[in-house]
Amino acid sequence: MNKPLIYGLLLSILMVAAPHADHLPLWISALCIALLTWRAYLTWSGNPLPKRWLLMTITFASVGGILISFHALFGREVGVTLLILLTALKFMELRNARDAMVLVYLACFIIITNFFYSQSIPIALYMLATLLVIVTTWVHLHGQHIALKPRLRIASTLLLQSVPLMLVLFILFPRVQGPLWGLPQDAFASSGLDDKMAPGSLSRLSLSDEVAFRVSYPDKLPRRDQMYWRGPVLWEFDGRTWTQGRTAATIAPEFTDTSDGISYSVTLEPHNKTWLFALDMPEHISIPVRLTYDFRIVRNEPVKARLRYEARSFLTYHANLHEAERQIQRALQLPPALNPRARELAADWRAQAEAVPPPQPSPGGRGSDHSLTEINKSIVRNALNYFSRENFSYTLEPPPLGLHGIDDFLFKTRQGFCEHYASAFVFLMRAAHIPARVVTGYQGGEYNEMGDYYIVRQSDAHAWAEVWLDQQGWVRIDPTAAIAPARVELGLSAAVSDTAALPFMARNPPQWLLNLRMNWDTLANRWNQWVLGYNTELQFAFMTRLGMESVTWQKLALNMAAGLGIVVALFTLFMLRHLLVRRPDKVQAAWLRLCRKLAKAGLPRAAYEGALDYTARIAVIHPELADAIREIGMRYSALRYEGQASKQQEQEFIRRIAEFLSFRNRRKLG
Amino acid sequence: MLTALKQRFRTWLFRPKIESGTVTLTQRRIFILPTRQGLALGFMLVLMLLGDINYNLSLGYVLTFLLAMMAVMSMLHAFRNLAHLEIRAGRVEAVFSGESARFVFHFRNSGTLDRYQLNLRDSNGSTVSFDVPAQQDSEIIFPVATSRRGWLKPGQLTLYTEFPLGLFHAWSHLHFDTRCLVYPKPLPDAVLPSGDAPDGTGKRNIAGDDDFAGLRNYVAGDALPRIAWKAYAREQGLQVKQFSAQVGEELWLDFSTTPERDLEGKLARMTRWVLDAEAQGLRYGLRLPESELLPNNGSAQRGECLRRIALFRLPESK
Repeated sequence: MNKPLIYGLLLSILMVAAPHADHLPLWISALCIALLTWRAYLTWSGNPLPKRWLLMTITFASVGGILISFHALFGREVGVTLLILLTALKFMELRNARDAMVLVYLACFIIITNFFYSQSIPIALYMLATLLVIVTTWVHLHGQHIALKPRLRIASTLLLQSVPLMLVLFILFPRVQGPLWGLPQDAFASSGLDDKMAPGSLSRLSLSDEVAFRVSYPDKLPRRDQMYWRGPVLWEFDGRTWTQGRTAATIAPEFTDTSDGISYSVTLEPHNKTWLFALDMPEHISIPVRLTYDFRIVRNEPVKARLRYEARSFLTYHANLHEAERQIQRALQLPPALNPRARELAADWRAQAEAVPPPQPSPGGRGSDHSLTEINKSIVRNALNYFSRENFSYTLEPPPLGLHGIDDFLFKTRQGFCEHYASAFVFLMRAAHIPARVVTGYQGGEYNEMGDYYIVRQSDAHAWAEVWLDQQGWVRIDPTAAIAPARVELGLSAAVSDTAALPFMARNPPQWLLNLRMNWDTLANRWNQWVLGYNTELQFAFMTRLGMESVTWQKLALNMAAGLGIVVALFTLFMLRHLLVRRPDKVQAAWLRLCRKLAKAGLPRAAYEGALDYTARIAVIHPELADAIREIGMRYSALRYEGQASKQQEQEFIRRIAEFLSFRNRRKLG
Repeated sequence: MLTALKQRFRTWLFRPKIESGTVTLTQRRIFILPTRQGLALGFMLVLMLLGDINYNLSLGYVLTFLLAMMAVMSMLHAFRNLAHLEIRAGRVEAVFSGESARFVFHFRNSGTLDRYQLNLRDSNGSTVSFDVPAQQDSEIIFPVATSRRGWLKPGQLTLYTEFPLGLFHAWSHLHFDTRCLVYPKPLPDAVLPSGDAPDGTGKRNIAGDDDFAGLRNYVAGDALPRIAWKAYAREQGLQVKQFSAQVGEELWLDFSTTPERDLEGKLARMTRWVLDAEAQGLRYGLRLPESELLPNNGSAQRGECLRRIALFRLPESK
């Protein structure tokens, strides 16, 4: 094994495993680096490889360590960790070409494990570069004396040639919709909204620049303060955390007096949860889903791959005017004996509202109901006024809260993020005997001019409230808007103070940077839709668009074979062209023509005869042509073997041959 | 039955025949099969594809297809690495039995592409690796161990390559009519028979070992005891001590005077005689039961004598 080859292998493995350092336990990364460094040192110094018992000890110890830190030896995360660790250990017993080959294959295999974590454009490019390093090393393995430059050339030729073939396969290979077997629980990372909310859960999310989904509106745009993307609806409160709770669906969701319909299409990033996002309130979704009693859209399967759907929503609506009694009771429950001051405040508001004399009963006759609604409405107004009047502030870093969290927030700290406001508001409403619940989701988004769509990021996560009012159904109230209207109107960066730790890009970066980011996101969006999201449906749609009628997988396979055949044939032609003996130059061609003609006249050149001997022999046989043919022979050998041929001499030679072969002479030759 | 069929199939497929002149490796002569490493890669690719489907990894598909197609292209590259090479067998120097015969093959690469990592292997498994740069002729020496005198043929050679990725084994069979003359291994030391002095004064023990006359360079076949080890120690190279002998003396190396009882032993002694006689500048003739060579000296005489001894009573001696 020569040293550069081992260094090449080390570099390949290092490059291919480097992105994993992000999520491997630190000690594994350190151990792998140590092993690779050790191997590099042994190679450099020429010392022998470690003894077998030492390697076995390290192997067992580290596998034991993995067992302790992961509590398992199966699953994706553990599998990747073991793979990388064993690859690093394999280096310590790299002795022959076979071991090197195993390492090359392992390197290729580790590339694919990187795609579990990210399939972004930068990762794809990085892996392509890594693949080039691997293939260069691979070629080195089979041609150990070849210099780096020709090796690199051969490797890149191989890679470049396989790209068009790969594209044919990628587009036409009949896709099977996975999964084929049960995926391990940790198969997909989940990020984004959870189905519970505690202080801090949303503000943590708002630090993430990750894309939650992208929306495009084909017809018209909603107003910004209408862009409420409904996610989990939370009913139950234990004093700190809001959860969905359990319920048996009682009545079907019902929307009345709907208007302001709007259509849009959503490309949802996989979040490993069953819910989808839609604008309040969804009317139609293009894929099979279920609308729950609290107007969430859920699917049977968690979203594990990027999902695209068309939807239509009504921005103006009355939702569940006739809510089931049981749900109303749920929407009033509070944990007992917590937050006494908040309860007191709510009771005060109730008393105040009821003290105000009701207006004249309307002719409709449902006066008492109406006045009840008015009372509830005035309590809601009171609460919102309370938030905007008192010295509340909107911040990403609120101080911690005690056991009576709502009391602490309302009367002491008065600093909070949207989850604090939503939580406190719903608590107050329930304490004031108004049915209310917390709704989480996303609000707003960022417009991308390049691609004409909105990007909704994790930092757009939001929580708001819904109260149920008689004759109006569930009404959305966003207490955050009362404290920081800019959050709803302009987005997060406008609403929080400059010192808050927002993602850099969520601030006000220079315009060119914004443009760059938008271009990049457009590219990423196309990449997501066309490369990463290329599945059976898209494949069939694409083939139909290309003019294939009634797409079947047999047809795809046939086309694939044909496409591959054509490309390979083209490459074969192109590659073998270099091998054929090059065509003779003009001098050679003229000489060969002369020989052919003379052979026809019965004077073939013998294999052993040089040009001079041959022409001399002809000169003897045909004395009348002797001078001409001798001259030709001399010129030919001068041009051929003396290595100094000017253009003129070449032309002169060709001219003489033409003259010799002229009609008159040919007759003499008979 | 099956082996017979297999043999016939091989005969039909590979068309083994002995060739002379220049052989060009055309398409028809090059065969390709995947290696074990190639099959292992195929297995790994199937695993990867299953993973891609299961986890819906688009970039996984890209990688799997890229590797698979690279393997396919490497087949073409392996083929191209052999295609259109022109090969002819070169002149082979005779050797003494026990030395290795150095068969010479001229590889001509008239294309503009370097050919890397070609291997030439004989049926015993000994292999020579080499490159043939673009638009060049390379002389490849293929050593074969010798153990008995007579004509040695390299038999069918296999020219193969697994370049660039080791996934495919491309090969071509070469069977040239080249051969190497193997002289018998000379006895380590033997006293020359007495010669006739040109003045006809009768026999006299020649040897001429008495008078040291100087040193000359070592040539293959010189007796070990005659090597001037002192000169070698002085780093003057391998030299052989020469002893005076009367110039112009005529010496008959006669088969019938050899004391050995077996044929090979007799021939080994005669070989030694020829070498010594030539080294001492004597005029010597060869007398074998069926033929006779008149006394002479010089490398031509030495060559002819050794040739006759080497081929003595061998069926293929023509």
